[in-house]
Amino acid sequence: MGTVISLEKFFLNPLARRVEELSGQDLLACYQCGECSAGCPAAFAMDLLPSQVIRLLQLGQVEEVLQSATIWFCVACQACYARCPKGVDLSRIMEALRELAMERSGEVLKHNQIPEKDLESFPQQAIIAGFRKYTL
Amino acid sequence: MKVSYFPGCTLNTKGKGFDRSVREALAALGVELEELPDWNCCGASFPLLVDNVLDLAGPARVLVAASAQGDKLATACTTCYNVLKRTNRVIRLDRERRERLNYFIEADYQGQVEVMDVLQILRDEVGFEEVKAKVQKSLSGLKVACYYGCMVLRPPAEVAYDDPENPHALDELMASLGAEPVLWGGKVECCGNYLVAIKPELAMEMSYRIISSAYRAGAEVLVTNCPLCQFNLDRWQRDLVVKKGGFRPLPVLYFTQLLAIALGLDPTRYELEKHYVDPKPLLKAKGLLDQEVG
Repeated sequence: MGTVISLEKFFLNPLARRVEELSGQDLLACYQCGECSAGCPAAFAMDLLPSQVIRLLQLGQVEEVLQSATIWFCVACQACYARCPKGVDLSRIMEALRELAMERSGEVLKHNQIPEKDLESFPQQAIIAGFRKYTL
Repeated sequence: MKVSYFPGCTLNTKGKGFDRSVREALAALGVELEELPDWNCCGASFPLLVDNVLDLAGPARVLVAASAQGDKLATACTTCYNVLKRTNRVIRLDRERRERLNYFIEADYQGQVEVMDVLQILRDEVGFEEVKAKVQKSLSGLKVACYYGCMVLRPPAEVAYDDPENPHALDELMASLGAEPVLWGGKVECCGNYLVAIKPELAMEMSYRIISSAYRAGAEVLVTNCPLCQFNLDRWQRDLVVKKGGFRPLPVLYFTQLLAIALGLDPTRYELEKHYVDPKPLLKAKGLLDQEVG
Protein backbone atom coordinates (compact mmCIF):
# COMPACT_ATOMS: atom_id res chain seq x y z
CA MET A 1 0.00 0.00 0.00
CA GLY A 2 1.32 3.44 -0.89
CA THR A 3 0.81 6.53 1.22
CA VAL A 4 -2.15 8.67 0.27
CA ILE A 5 -1.51 12.40 0.55
CA SER A 6 -4.45 14.76 0.55
CA LEU A 7 -4.03 17.90 -1.49
CA GLU A 8 -6.96 19.50 0.26
CA LYS A 9 -4.71 21.51 2.57
CA PHE A 10 -2.85 22.85 -0.42
CA PHE A 11 -5.88 23.87 -2.41
CA LEU A 12 -7.68 25.38 0.56
CA ASN A 13 -4.68 27.33 1.88
CA PRO A 14 -4.86 30.99 0.83
CA LEU A 15 -1.14 31.47 1.56
CA ALA A 16 -0.22 28.66 -0.84
CA ARG A 17 -2.43 30.35 -3.44
CA ARG A 18 -0.58 33.63 -2.86
CA VAL A 19 2.82 31.96 -3.28
CA GLU A 20 1.67 30.66 -6.67
CA GLU A 21 0.20 34.01 -7.60
CA LEU A 22 3.29 36.04 -6.64
CA SER A 23 5.83 33.60 -8.11
CA GLY A 24 3.91 32.52 -11.21
CA GLN A 25 5.04 28.94 -10.51
CA ASP A 26 3.02 25.72 -10.43
CA LEU A 27 3.90 24.24 -7.02
CA LEU A 28 2.45 20.85 -7.88
CA ALA A 29 4.74 20.46 -10.90
CA CYS A 30 7.56 19.34 -8.58
CA TYR A 31 7.93 15.54 -8.26
CA GLN A 32 10.68 15.68 -5.63
CA CYS A 33 13.67 14.45 -7.61
CA GLY A 34 15.94 16.51 -5.31
CA GLU A 35 18.14 17.99 -8.04
CA CYS A 36 17.66 21.48 -6.55
CA SER A 37 18.86 20.43 -3.11
CA ALA A 38 21.79 18.47 -4.53
CA GLY A 39 23.12 21.47 -6.47
CA CYS A 40 22.24 24.33 -4.12
CA PRO A 41 25.48 26.08 -3.06
CA ALA A 42 23.85 27.42 0.13
CA ALA A 43 22.14 24.14 1.16
CA PHE A 44 24.75 23.44 3.85
CA ALA A 45 23.45 26.42 5.83
CA MET A 46 19.74 25.83 5.30
CA ASP A 47 17.35 24.41 7.90
CA LEU A 48 15.01 23.24 5.14
CA LEU A 49 16.45 21.98 1.85
CA PRO A 50 15.06 23.64 -1.29
CA SER A 51 13.16 20.47 -2.23
CA GLN A 52 11.71 20.31 1.29
CA VAL A 53 10.47 23.88 0.95
CA ILE A 54 8.43 23.01 -2.11
CA ARG A 55 7.20 19.74 -0.57
CA LEU A 56 5.91 21.54 2.51
CA LEU A 57 4.17 24.08 0.28
CA GLN A 58 2.51 21.22 -1.63
CA LEU A 59 1.21 19.91 1.69
CA GLY A 60 -0.11 23.33 2.65
CA GLN A 61 2.42 23.80 5.46
CA VAL A 62 3.24 27.35 4.44
CA GLU A 63 3.68 28.60 8.01
CA GLU A 64 6.55 26.21 8.59
CA VAL A 65 8.29 27.46 5.47
CA LEU A 66 7.80 31.12 6.39
CA GLN A 67 9.56 30.44 9.71
CA SER A 68 12.62 28.88 8.10
CA ALA A 69 15.99 30.53 7.54
CA THR A 70 16.22 28.98 4.09
CA ILE A 71 14.18 31.66 2.34
CA TRP A 72 16.74 34.32 3.34
CA PHE A 73 19.74 32.30 2.17
CA CYS A 74 18.59 31.80 -1.43
CA VAL A 75 20.31 34.47 -3.55
CA ALA A 76 18.73 33.36 -6.84
CA CYS A 77 21.88 31.88 -8.36
CA GLN A 78 19.36 29.77 -10.27
CA ALA A 79 21.40 26.57 -10.29
CA CYS A 80 18.16 24.81 -9.24
CA TYR A 81 16.08 26.34 -12.01
CA ALA A 82 18.74 25.60 -14.63
CA ARG A 83 18.65 21.91 -13.66
CA CYS A 84 15.00 21.33 -12.72
CA PRO A 85 13.52 18.68 -15.04
CA LYS A 86 10.07 20.18 -14.52
CA GLY A 87 11.11 23.79 -15.13
CA VAL A 88 10.13 24.99 -11.67
CA ASP A 89 11.82 28.30 -10.89
CA LEU A 90 12.39 27.83 -7.17
CA SER A 91 14.14 31.20 -6.85
CA ARG A 92 10.85 32.89 -7.80
CA ILE A 93 9.08 30.85 -5.12
CA MET A 94 11.70 31.93 -2.57
CA GLU A 95 11.20 35.57 -3.61
CA ALA A 96 7.43 35.20 -3.09
CA LEU A 97 8.02 33.65 0.34
CA ARG A 98 10.35 36.49 1.36
CA GLU A 99 7.69 38.96 0.28
CA LEU A 100 5.03 37.20 2.37
CA ALA A 101 7.32 36.91 5.39
CA MET A 102 8.24 40.60 5.27
CA GLU A 103 4.64 41.70 4.77
CA ARG A 104 3.94 39.95 8.02
CA SER A 105 7.04 40.53 10.15
CA GLY A 106 8.69 43.58 8.65
CA GLU A 107 11.80 44.21 6.61
CA VAL A 108 14.92 42.17 7.30
CA LEU A 109 17.65 44.65 6.39
CA LYS A 110 17.53 47.94 8.27
CA HIS A 111 19.06 51.07 6.74
CA ASN A 112 21.69 51.41 9.48
CA GLN A 113 22.44 47.72 9.86
CA ILE A 114 25.51 47.48 7.63
CA PRO A 115 28.58 48.76 9.55
CA GLU A 116 30.18 51.88 8.11
CA LYS A 117 33.47 50.17 7.34
CA ASP A 118 31.61 47.54 5.34
CA LEU A 119 29.66 50.21 3.45
CA GLU A 120 33.02 51.61 2.42
CA SER A 121 34.36 48.31 1.15
CA PHE A 122 31.31 46.38 -0.13
CA PRO A 123 30.68 46.73 -3.86
CA GLN A 124 27.68 49.01 -4.55
CA GLN A 125 25.78 46.22 -6.22
CA ALA A 126 25.85 44.08 -3.04
CA ILE A 127 24.28 46.88 -1.03
CA ILE A 128 21.68 47.75 -3.67
CA ALA A 129 20.73 44.12 -4.28
CA GLY A 130 20.67 43.46 -0.52
CA PHE A 131 18.20 46.28 0.04
CA ARG A 132 16.08 45.17 -2.89
CA LYS A 133 15.85 41.60 -1.66
CA TYR A 134 15.62 42.13 2.10
CA THR A 135 13.19 45.04 2.16
CA LEU A 136 9.68 45.42 0.77
CA MET B 1 34.54 49.14 -34.08
CA LYS B 2 32.50 51.35 -31.74
CA VAL B 3 30.18 49.78 -29.15
CA SER B 4 27.98 51.51 -26.53
CA TYR B 5 29.10 50.72 -23.01
CA PHE B 6 27.27 50.58 -19.67
CA PRO B 7 29.74 50.50 -16.75
CA GLY B 8 27.15 50.24 -13.94
CA CYS B 9 27.47 51.31 -10.30
CA THR B 10 30.30 49.05 -9.11
CA LEU B 11 32.64 49.59 -12.04
CA ASN B 12 32.13 53.31 -11.63
CA THR B 13 33.32 53.21 -8.01
CA LYS B 14 34.85 50.18 -6.24
CA GLY B 15 35.63 48.29 -9.45
CA LYS B 16 37.64 50.93 -11.31
CA GLY B 17 40.51 48.52 -11.91
CA PHE B 18 38.08 46.30 -13.80
CA ASP B 19 36.51 49.20 -15.69
CA ARG B 20 39.81 50.69 -16.78
CA SER B 21 41.30 47.36 -17.83
CA VAL B 22 38.16 46.58 -19.86
CA ARG B 23 38.24 49.90 -21.71
CA GLU B 24 41.99 49.87 -22.38
CA ALA B 25 42.30 46.20 -23.34
CA LEU B 26 39.39 46.47 -25.76
CA ALA B 27 40.78 49.69 -27.21
CA ALA B 28 44.07 47.88 -27.83
CA LEU B 29 42.05 45.27 -29.74
CA GLY B 30 40.28 47.86 -31.87
CA VAL B 31 37.01 48.07 -29.91
CA GLU B 32 36.12 51.54 -28.71
CA LEU B 33 33.69 51.46 -25.82
CA GLU B 34 31.48 54.53 -25.84
CA GLU B 35 29.95 55.14 -22.41
CA LEU B 36 26.22 55.87 -22.42
CA PRO B 37 25.46 59.46 -21.43
CA ASP B 38 23.29 59.91 -18.32
CA TRP B 39 22.92 56.25 -17.36
CA ASN B 40 21.25 54.96 -14.19
CA CYS B 41 21.66 51.84 -12.04
CA CYS B 42 20.25 48.62 -13.53
CA GLY B 43 18.85 47.60 -10.13
CA ALA B 44 21.63 45.10 -9.35
CA SER B 45 19.27 42.11 -9.29
CA PHE B 46 16.56 40.88 -11.62
CA PRO B 47 13.11 41.23 -9.99
CA LEU B 48 11.52 37.78 -9.74
CA LEU B 49 7.92 38.44 -8.77
CA VAL B 50 5.22 38.21 -11.43
CA ASP B 51 4.33 41.85 -10.83
CA ASN B 52 7.76 43.32 -11.58
CA VAL B 53 7.04 46.00 -14.16
CA LEU B 54 8.01 48.94 -11.97
CA ASP B 55 11.36 47.32 -11.12
CA LEU B 56 12.08 46.88 -14.82
CA ALA B 57 11.73 50.61 -15.51
CA GLY B 58 15.35 51.36 -14.48
CA PRO B 59 17.04 48.81 -16.75
CA ALA B 60 14.53 49.60 -19.53
CA ARG B 61 15.60 53.24 -19.41
CA VAL B 62 19.23 52.13 -19.92
CA LEU B 63 18.19 50.06 -22.94
CA VAL B 64 16.31 53.01 -24.42
CA ALA B 65 19.43 55.19 -24.05
CA ALA B 66 21.48 52.47 -25.74
CA SER B 67 19.03 52.21 -28.65
CA ALA B 68 19.63 55.90 -29.43
CA GLN B 69 23.34 55.20 -29.75
CA GLY B 70 23.61 51.91 -31.64
CA ASP B 71 22.41 48.35 -32.01
CA LYS B 72 24.67 46.79 -29.35
CA LEU B 73 25.23 47.46 -25.67
CA ALA B 74 28.35 46.14 -23.95
CA THR B 75 28.55 45.46 -20.22
CA ALA B 76 31.51 44.22 -18.20
CA CYS B 77 29.66 43.78 -14.91
CA THR B 78 27.97 40.40 -15.22
CA THR B 79 25.07 41.43 -12.98
CA CYS B 80 24.31 44.37 -15.27
CA TYR B 81 24.53 41.96 -18.20
CA ASN B 82 22.07 39.57 -16.54
CA VAL B 83 19.56 42.26 -15.57
CA LEU B 84 19.70 44.14 -18.88
CA LYS B 85 19.59 40.97 -20.97
CA ARG B 86 16.57 39.61 -19.12
CA THR B 87 14.76 42.95 -19.12
CA ASN B 88 15.33 43.20 -22.85
CA ARG B 89 13.91 39.72 -23.29
CA VAL B 90 10.76 40.64 -21.38
CA ILE B 91 10.37 43.71 -23.63
CA ARG B 92 10.83 41.58 -26.75
CA LEU B 93 8.47 38.77 -25.81
CA ASP B 94 5.80 40.24 -23.54
CA ARG B 95 3.62 42.77 -25.34
CA GLU B 96 1.63 43.82 -22.31
CA ARG B 97 4.71 44.57 -20.21
CA ARG B 98 6.40 46.26 -23.15
CA GLU B 99 3.46 48.63 -23.57
CA ARG B 100 3.22 49.41 -19.87
CA LEU B 101 6.97 50.05 -19.60
CA ASN B 102 7.02 52.30 -22.66
CA TYR B 103 4.05 54.22 -21.30
CA PHE B 104 5.72 54.57 -17.92
CA ILE B 105 9.14 55.73 -19.10
CA GLU B 106 7.73 57.66 -22.07
CA ALA B 107 9.55 55.72 -24.74
CA ASP B 108 8.86 53.56 -27.75
CA TYR B 109 11.35 50.74 -27.39
CA GLN B 110 10.84 47.27 -28.88
CA GLY B 111 13.88 45.39 -27.55
CA GLN B 112 16.03 45.87 -30.65
CA VAL B 113 19.34 46.40 -28.78
CA GLU B 114 21.63 43.36 -28.43
CA VAL B 115 23.05 43.21 -24.88
CA MET B 116 26.53 41.67 -24.89
CA ASP B 117 29.02 40.79 -22.18
CA VAL B 118 32.61 41.93 -22.80
CA LEU B 119 33.86 38.32 -22.87
CA GLN B 120 31.23 37.53 -25.51
CA ILE B 121 32.41 40.50 -27.58
CA LEU B 122 36.00 39.28 -27.33
CA ARG B 123 34.95 35.81 -28.50
CA ASP B 124 32.40 36.68 -31.19
CA GLU B 125 33.34 40.14 -32.47
CA VAL B 126 37.12 40.26 -31.99
CA GLY B 127 37.96 36.55 -31.99
CA PHE B 128 40.44 34.77 -29.71
CA GLU B 129 42.81 34.16 -32.66
CA GLU B 130 43.01 37.92 -33.17
CA VAL B 131 43.64 38.38 -29.43
CA LYS B 132 46.40 35.78 -29.57
CA ALA B 133 48.06 37.60 -32.46
CA LYS B 134 48.27 40.78 -30.38
CA VAL B 135 49.85 39.23 -27.27
CA GLN B 136 53.08 41.00 -26.35
CA LYS B 137 53.73 39.37 -23.00
CA SER B 138 52.72 35.71 -22.87
CA LEU B 139 51.16 34.46 -19.64
CA SER B 140 53.00 31.17 -20.13
CA GLY B 141 53.50 29.14 -17.00
CA LEU B 142 50.61 30.83 -15.19
CA LYS B 143 48.04 28.32 -13.91
CA VAL B 144 44.62 29.96 -13.82
CA ALA B 145 41.26 28.75 -12.49
CA CYS B 146 38.58 30.43 -14.63
CA TYR B 147 35.50 31.25 -12.59
CA TYR B 148 32.24 32.20 -14.33
CA GLY B 149 29.77 32.53 -11.43
CA CYS B 150 26.05 32.69 -12.11
CA MET B 151 25.17 35.79 -14.03
CA VAL B 152 26.36 35.00 -17.55
CA LEU B 153 25.10 31.40 -17.37
CA ARG B 154 21.72 31.29 -15.66
CA PRO B 155 18.93 31.05 -16.50
CA PRO B 156 20.50 29.36 -19.55
CA ALA B 157 17.64 30.03 -21.97
CA GLU B 158 17.65 33.72 -21.13
CA VAL B 159 21.30 34.74 -20.77
CA ALA B 160 23.86 31.98 -21.53
CA TYR B 161 26.26 32.46 -24.43
CA ASP B 162 28.37 29.53 -23.25
CA ASP B 163 27.75 25.98 -22.00
CA PRO B 164 25.92 26.65 -18.70
CA GLU B 165 27.33 23.59 -16.90
CA ASN B 166 30.81 23.53 -18.42
CA PRO B 167 31.58 27.01 -19.74
CA HIS B 168 34.86 27.44 -21.60
CA ALA B 169 35.03 30.91 -23.21
CA LEU B 170 37.20 32.32 -20.43
CA ASP B 171 39.43 29.21 -20.43
CA GLU B 172 39.92 29.64 -24.18
CA LEU B 173 40.73 33.33 -23.81
CA MET B 174 43.29 32.59 -21.08
CA ALA B 175 44.83 29.85 -23.21
CA SER B 176 45.11 32.27 -26.13
CA LEU B 177 47.10 34.58 -23.81
CA GLY B 178 49.49 31.71 -23.08
CA ALA B 179 48.14 30.85 -19.62
CA GLU B 180 47.33 27.34 -18.51
CA PRO B 181 43.67 26.95 -17.42
CA VAL B 182 43.23 24.18 -14.83
CA LEU B 183 40.37 21.69 -14.85
CA TRP B 184 38.28 22.22 -11.75
CA GLY B 185 34.77 21.89 -10.35
CA GLY B 186 33.98 25.35 -8.99
CA LYS B 187 33.47 27.22 -12.27
CA VAL B 188 29.72 27.74 -12.04
CA GLU B 189 29.16 27.75 -8.27
CA CYS B 190 27.64 30.80 -6.58
CA CYS B 191 29.94 32.97 -4.38
CA GLY B 192 27.10 34.10 -2.11
CA ASN B 193 26.28 37.30 -4.00
CA TYR B 194 24.51 39.92 -1.83
CA LEU B 195 24.36 37.62 1.20
CA VAL B 196 27.24 39.80 2.44
CA ALA B 197 24.59 42.38 3.33
CA ILE B 198 22.96 40.16 5.97
CA LYS B 199 25.15 37.12 6.49
CA PRO B 200 28.81 37.67 5.52
CA GLU B 201 29.92 34.42 7.19
CA LEU B 202 27.79 32.46 4.74
CA ALA B 203 29.31 34.22 1.74
CA MET B 204 32.68 33.48 3.32
CA GLU B 205 31.97 29.74 3.53
CA MET B 206 30.70 29.64 -0.06
CA SER B 207 33.80 31.47 -1.25
CA TYR B 208 36.00 29.13 0.80
CA ARG B 209 34.63 26.12 -1.08
CA ILE B 210 35.34 27.75 -4.43
CA ILE B 211 38.86 28.94 -3.57
CA SER B 212 39.94 25.63 -2.06
CA SER B 213 38.58 23.77 -5.08
CA ALA B 214 40.72 25.98 -7.35
CA TYR B 215 43.74 25.52 -5.11
CA ARG B 216 43.38 21.71 -5.11
CA ALA B 217 43.28 21.79 -8.92
CA GLY B 218 46.70 23.44 -8.91
CA ALA B 219 45.66 27.01 -9.72
CA GLU B 220 47.97 29.90 -8.82
CA VAL B 221 45.34 32.55 -9.45
CA LEU B 222 41.55 32.75 -9.74
CA VAL B 223 40.25 34.71 -12.70
CA THR B 224 36.76 36.18 -12.70
CA ASN B 225 34.44 38.32 -14.80
CA CYS B 226 32.23 39.62 -11.98
CA PRO B 227 32.93 42.52 -9.58
CA LEU B 228 30.87 41.05 -6.74
CA CYS B 229 32.45 37.59 -7.12
CA GLN B 230 35.86 39.27 -7.13
CA PHE B 231 35.04 40.95 -3.82
CA ASN B 232 33.55 37.87 -2.18
CA LEU B 233 36.33 35.55 -3.30
CA ASP B 234 39.08 38.03 -2.38
CA ARG B 235 37.78 39.79 0.74
CA TRP B 236 37.32 36.83 3.05
CA GLN B 237 40.66 35.15 2.48
CA ARG B 238 42.42 37.02 5.30
CA ASP B 239 39.75 35.69 7.69
CA LEU B 240 39.90 32.22 6.16
CA VAL B 241 43.64 32.03 6.78
CA VAL B 242 42.85 32.33 10.50
CA LYS B 243 39.67 30.23 10.58
CA LYS B 244 40.45 27.31 8.31
CA GLY B 245 43.46 25.12 8.99
CA GLY B 246 45.69 24.67 5.95
CA PHE B 247 43.97 27.36 3.90
CA ARG B 248 46.23 28.85 1.23
CA PRO B 249 45.33 32.29 -0.13
CA LEU B 250 44.92 32.68 -3.86
CA PRO B 251 44.97 36.04 -5.67
CA VAL B 252 41.71 36.86 -7.48
CA LEU B 253 42.08 38.89 -10.67
CA TYR B 254 39.69 40.23 -13.27
CA PHE B 255 40.26 38.49 -16.58
CA THR B 256 40.72 41.88 -18.23
CA GLN B 257 43.60 42.75 -15.88
CA LEU B 258 45.47 39.70 -17.21
CA LEU B 259 44.36 40.48 -20.76
CA ALA B 260 45.69 44.04 -20.47
CA ILE B 261 49.01 42.77 -19.08
CA ALA B 262 49.32 40.25 -21.91
CA LEU B 263 48.60 42.98 -24.46
CA GLY B 264 51.56 44.94 -23.08
CA LEU B 265 49.56 47.63 -21.25
CA ASP B 266 50.75 49.17 -17.98
CA PRO B 267 49.62 46.91 -15.09
CA THR B 268 49.95 49.68 -12.50
CA ARG B 269 46.85 51.36 -13.97
CA TYR B 270 44.47 48.60 -12.84
CA GLU B 271 44.36 49.01 -9.06
CA LEU B 272 46.23 45.80 -8.31
CA GLU B 273 47.12 47.36 -4.95
CA LYS B 274 43.44 47.38 -3.94
CA HIS B 275 43.10 43.60 -3.98
CA TYR B 276 42.96 41.98 -0.55
CA VAL B 277 45.27 39.10 -1.53
CA ASP B 278 48.23 40.86 -3.14
CA PRO B 279 48.61 39.55 -6.69
CA LYS B 280 51.89 41.42 -7.28
CA PRO B 281 54.35 38.82 -5.91
CA LEU B 282 52.89 36.18 -8.23
CA LEU B 283 52.89 38.51 -11.24
CA LYS B 284 56.49 39.47 -10.50
CA ALA B 285 57.54 35.84 -10.15
CA LYS B 286 56.03 35.15 -13.57
CA GLY B 287 57.81 38.13 -15.11
CA LEU B 288 54.52 39.95 -15.76
CA LEU B 289 55.22 42.89 -13.47
CA ASP B 290 58.41 44.93 -12.95
CA GLN B 291 60.22 44.11 -9.71
CA GLU B 292 60.28 47.83 -8.83
CA VAL B 293 56.48 48.14 -8.62
CA GLY B 294 55.52 48.57 -4.94
